[in-house]
Amino acid sequence: MSPTKLDSNVPAGPIAEKWDRHRFEMKLVNPANKRKYTIIVVGTGLAGASAAASLGELGYNVLNFCIQDSPRRAHSIAAQGGINAAKNYQNDGDSVYRLFYDTVKGGDYRSREANVYRLAQLSVNIIDQCVAQGVPFARDYGGLLDNRSFGGAQVSRTFYARGQTGQQLLLGAYQSLMRQVHKGTVRLFARREMLDLVLVEGRARGIVCRNLVTGEIERYAAHAVILATGGYGTVYYLSTNAVNSNVTASWRAAKRGALFANPCFTQIHPTCIPVTGDHQSKLTLMSESLRNDGRVWVPKKKGDTRPPDQIPEDERDYYLERKYPSFGNLVPRDVASRNAKQMADEGRGVGETGLAVYLDFQDAIQRLGIDVIREKYGNLFHMYKKIADEDAYKVPMRIYPAIHYTMGGLWVDYNLMTNVPGLHVLGEANFSDHGANRLGASALMQGLADGYFVIPYTIGHYLAGSTMLKVTSEHDAFKESANCVQKNINRLLSVKGNRGIREIHRELGRIMWDNVGMSRTEQSLRTALAQIPKLRGEFWQSVSVPGTDDNLNQSLEYAGRVADYLEFAELLTLDALHRRESCGGHFREESQTADGEALRDDEHYSYVAAWEFTGVGREPVLHKEPLVFEEVHPTQRSYK
Amino acid sequence: MRLKLKIWRQAGPGTAGRLVDYAADHVSPDMSFLEMLDVVNEGLVKQGHDAIAFDSDCREGICGMCGLVVNGIPHGPDRGTTVCQLHMRRFRDGDTIVIEPWRARAFPVVKDLVVDRSALDRIITAGGYVSVNCGGAPDGNAIPIAKEVSETAMDSAACIGCGACVAACKNASAHLFMSAKISHLSLLPQGQIERYRRVVAMIEQADAEGFGSCSNEGECEAVCPKEIPISNIARMTREYFRALWVGGR
Ligand SMILES: Cc1cc2nc3c(=O)[nH]c(=O)nc-3n(C[C@H](O)[C@H](O)[C@H](O)COP(=O)(O)OP(=O)(O)OC[C@H]3O[C@@H](n4cnc5c(N)ncnc54)[C@H](O)[C@@H]3O)c2cc1C
Ligand code: SF4
Ligand code: FES
Repeated sequence: MSPTKLDSNVPAGPIAEKWDRHRFEMKLVNPANKRKYTIIVVGTGLAGASAAASLGELGYNVLNFCIQDSPRRAHSIAAQGGINAAKNYQNDGDSVYRLFYDTVKGGDYRSREANVYRLAQLSVNIIDQCVAQGVPFARDYGGLLDNRSFGGAQVSRTFYARGQTGQQLLLGAYQSLMRQVHKGTVRLFARREMLDLVLVEGRARGIVCRNLVTGEIERYAAHAVILATGGYGTVYYLSTNAVNSNVTASWRAAKRGALFANPCFTQIHPTCIPVTGDHQSKLTLMSESLRNDGRVWVPKKKGDTRPPDQIPEDERDYYLERKYPSFGNLVPRDVASRNAKQMADEGRGVGETGLAVYLDFQDAIQRLGIDVIREKYGNLFHMYKKIADEDAYKVPMRIYPAIHYTMGGLWVDYNLMTNVPGLHVLGEANFSDHGANRLGASALMQGLADGYFVIPYTIGHYLAGSTMLKVTSEHDAFKESANCVQKNINRLLSVKGNRGIREIHRELGRIMWDNVGMSRTEQSLRTALAQIPKLRGEFWQSVSVPGTDDNLNQSLEYAGRVADYLEFAELLTLDALHRRESCGGHFREESQTADGEALRDDEHYSYVAAWEFTGVGREPVLHKEPLVFEEVHPTQRSYK
Repeated sequence: MRLKLKIWRQAGPGTAGRLVDYAADHVSPDMSFLEMLDVVNEGLVKQGHDAIAFDSDCREGICGMCGLVVNGIPHGPDRGTTVCQLHMRRFRDGDTIVIEPWRARAFPVVKDLVVDRSALDRIITAGGYVSVNCGGAPDGNAIPIAKEVSETAMDSAACIGCGACVAACKNASAHLFMSAKISHLSLLPQGQIERYRRVVAMIEQADAEGFGSCSNEGECEAVCPKEIPISNIARMTREYFRALWVGGR
């Protein structure tokens, strides 16, 4: 492919009517024919489980895969704070248009308007669907659904189930999925890792997996493939993501020709428990919902080591409230994170390392009583106690930013299909709706919108409009792909070096965090671009992957994921280097306003950067999808 | 801290297993239990030895993937805590720690500390859901639900499906797990229509999977990381008898 302008296939018409019109214009698969179509869904998180269940309900023959031993354990289960929806139950001025507007602005004008509008429209149906499944959302004393506020919004539109919203939403989707398993429309393949995408005549027609228990390389053919395999935050080693999170499925699809969009748009969450030592395998998020009641501060004086309760009120700097009076502690994540870093850089960070700020609940406890705080955030305070060994009811939490979410992902059009016909991508794995910064409580919304309400329509349109060869997993393309996969496994096992896989992953993480993290410069990015290939070389020279490939071998699984990260990290960095502007979570120090806010360059960078793989260590080809704003006029984002 | 570990190693489902001694010499009190095992594994891997297989994912106590019997107690000594959230400050320098997998007929060992818990999924498949298709759901506020009812349902819905209750029970019963789901759904208006069919189908499936029956030992409640109360089992039993009474199939 030579560089082209990508077509997003956004339907014509006024923004509020696009999706309705499109639904009418899309082709349909006749009910009796649906079972003749096999659809592969990789992933059982909110996006994958909701898609597999809904497609099963429609009568398609669905094959659903996940890495964990049960679909209920997908990373989505860990989401804490909530899910947005423009229900306006609080009568506080919310509307579909406002959610749309907040999301486009929150994403720093780097998302596709039509997708975001559809997302805001569908948000309303998601809540209804989840309630009908028995999701026990929080309620008020009148028995109606309760809401709270999240960053980047001035209305209360976030629905929640204590601090376990992701768990409850995922269990709802999982239960619907198991109902389809019972009916026989969905077949489940747990403890499987997709290691390649199979193309026949240029269309996505199947996958190759490793059975993680027996080690067998398995081939599955289908009429369409859906990836809902989550984000790539663990490229930074330490992140809030579950430890099995990976880029492998997306990256292998990219190596087969799917374009990877905006990989440098990564989100750093402002409120995580700070790093304590080298042994750490992950970082733990303290939900953004805490910023509803917690106040962020640091001492006014540099190097003030007094315990927090001995720092008088007038010697504290509630810097978010001071700098952003209208949003206060509820500024979007990118803004809150950068400010925390700035405090630490100024020498005003707290705790042993100085890499932390306080999140203080004293005022809220006085105002609302300790029981209310316990009911709202009890499980988070409990988790904080476990990890940090401190009681946040008594002393302020110490928090610091950490990698949390990845806005980048495989490029998809309005129908959630990649440039590879038949390959669809949902949830965090696609690049779609959050631009350069995701607002809190919007990932759950997007995953479920994609799975419950978008893909059931758009996949029918694709299937009904395509004439396909009859293909089984005996086709040569499957054999070729299975061979490739096996070769890669053999190669990992045969290095037989003496370096630990984790050690190399940790080193990659350090390169990424130091150079491609919260703020990026031309120089830091070039440093990373020099270091990554070197580390990749060392990995293939000296990694030790013990054991064999004919049984459960977690070292082999891990090594495969780290190997992919060692390739993918280079693309992420390259993307960050090419985008010489700051926007959302992508902060280039060279591009900032006088008061240190991200400065966009709309004239040169108002596009989606979608990269085509051309070989490991080779320059990828950049394709651009220009972004057009007809509704929300891009301005300098302000939360003051 | 320095610790002595005795860890269950078993090559596969068909083979015999045994406890093997390991030394963990550089343990920091801030490490989680699984991070301590990561360090042991890192040492083994560097020497080209097979790593000790154990499951985990979120490491935040919510996915239910981890599960080890630590000194005879599923998830270890801290109440209301998964083993991934257990921290080494709970132990003392020089301690010996015995680490074993869940043991239950319905949970065959896959390798080392990893077991097959798919039987729990099959219990849910038998009926642990509300049968609503996507689309056409009424407005979320159409049916008000009293706050107390919704909170009690949430208490039960908090189950993470880890299977510790089974591992702790001398009958290897899955009653606490099952009763949590049955309570969650039978308390809510949305779960009423299939209320009786659900409880019968799930209990029958548990029997077929080889889980034992309940003799009110209470061990399950004591180890449950989400502190699901045993009163759920009483509720399930009532539901079950009512179901038999109304012919709930
Ligand atoms: C701690 C935490 C808290 C969060 N809180 C919130 C919140 O309050 N609100 C909000 O909106 N968002 C929140 N998020 C973000 C949100 O949880 C995720 O973005 C979202 O759940 C991702 O869902 P998903 O379905 O796209 O992918 P995931 O849930 O990550 O699922 C990925 C699935 O793909 C499978 N998979 C991956 N690779 C392969 C492979 N190679 N082969 C086979 N299967 C594979 C996995 O097994 C899994 O089933 C939070 C995130 C974290 C980390
Ligand atoms: S009831 Fe408790 S111990 Fe049993 S599976 Fe659920 S969370 Fe685990
Ligand atoms: S790893 Fe998820 S609960 Fe322990």
